[in-house]
Amino acid sequence: MSTPENQIPEMPSSAKLISTLAVVAMISGLLVVLAYEFTKPIIAENQRLATERAIFKVLPKATSRLTFVVDQDKLSLADDKTVGELIYAGYDKNNQLVGIALNAAAQGYQDTVRLLYGYQPNSGCITGFDVLKSTETPGFGTKITTDPDFLANFKCLDAKVNLEQSGLIHAIKTVRHGTKQHDWEIDAISGSTITSNAIGRMLNKSGQALHPIIAKNLSLLEIAKIHSKNK
Amino acid sequence: MTQATKKETPLTLDVFTAGIWKENPVFVMMLGLCPVLAVTNSVLNSLAMGIASIFVLVCSNALVSALRNFIPKQVRITTYIIIIATFVTLVDYIIQAISLDLYNKLGAFIQLIVVNCLILGRAEAYASKNSFTKSVVSALGMGLGFTLALIMLGGVRELLGAGQLLGYQVFSTQFEPWVVMILPPGGFIVLGSWLLLINYIQQRKTGQIIAADATAHCTVKP
Repeated sequence: MSTPENQIPEMPSSAKLISTLAVVAMISGLLVVLAYEFTKPIIAENQRLATERAIFKVLPKATSRLTFVVDQDKLSLADDKTVGELIYAGYDKNNQLVGIALNAAAQGYQDTVRLLYGYQPNSGCITGFDVLKSTETPGFGTKITTDPDFLANFKCLDAKVNLEQSGLIHAIKTVRHGTKQHDWEIDAISGSTITSNAIGRMLNKSGQALHPIIAKNLSLLEIAKIHSKNK
Repeated sequence: MTQATKKETPLTLDVFTAGIWKENPVFVMMLGLCPVLAVTNSVLNSLAMGIASIFVLVCSNALVSALRNFIPKQVRITTYIIIIATFVTLVDYIIQAISLDLYNKLGAFIQLIVVNCLILGRAEAYASKNSFTKSVVSALGMGLGFTLALIMLGGVRELLGAGQLLGYQVFSTQFEPWVVMILPPGGFIVLGSWLLLINYIQQRKTGQIIAADATAHCTVKP
């Protein structure tokens, strides 16, 4: 300021300090609320489109989809705004079930990796995935979407439900690169072991929890589309 | 800072260009290096970060400058932080509305613009002491200089680290990307290289001026 340095400026009253802060905070609050209200529908629409794109990517045969929410052992029709564990059933144009898309998440190298994967309840195969959120190291952890050897694991990754419908027959696990022997094992990418392991863990966790519920409610899933049409 | 003299000076082109070259926030003042190193692994990320920073810098400096006579000295930093945080929140929502992909790529660094010392530094050192127009013009120059520096880093890193520019393949598939360039160490290497080059140019320029001065003196005095 232009005041000489040896002259200490007078301390303004607390009321002035508080009122300044209050006015600035009010302007700030107003701006934030306006921006929030304005962008909220656009952001929600973006999120819906991103989910939709991911669903049709992991279920390439699907032309339409229905959303279900998991309620203990039951599935019930829902929409994307429903809170809870959501699963997405894909249908072809004859309203036949072509697969289920499920969310899975696990801790990766830097942060949580979230993905959507396609599951065929009839054959018990996991047939592909799409990464929704990942901050893995470029060139290493990001190889999970490009490495052809790794993607070959998902031609038909065995995730069959056991007879008691309490879990999977074989737990899905990631094994060291080049030691895959069974259909339920994932051949890790050498150099991206942590991310590969995370994929194995999240698929196993999601499979153990959700695949039995899908098996129990399979008939509901199969007829749901025709039903919703008739209504 | 020479605030007392600056207060008198009128608005000139120098106010604008200072931020781009003479007082470039990254290459000269070395301010706000966190996003410079973290998000410059591709040109698109650099550009988005740069535009977001310009927006926050210009808006916050404008508001700080407009309110500069009302804000008591004792609470100025608090007020600046509130103002900056407001605009960062706006940018955060706007980027989410424009593209979720971009938002996911930039990650936490959008929110971290709040603590970018370039923005608080300019509010404190310039906007709080200068007129509205000058503050806006200066902030625009600084923001452009910052964006330019981000793109200069992002361009080199994307080209060497992925063989691409703006997502288009530049080198043939025979080219083996230098993965280190898109990792954090690559940020330091490229920033260091640019600093080396720019300081070398500056030094040569001042060297030439001194040499020219010396010859001028010689011709006058002999």
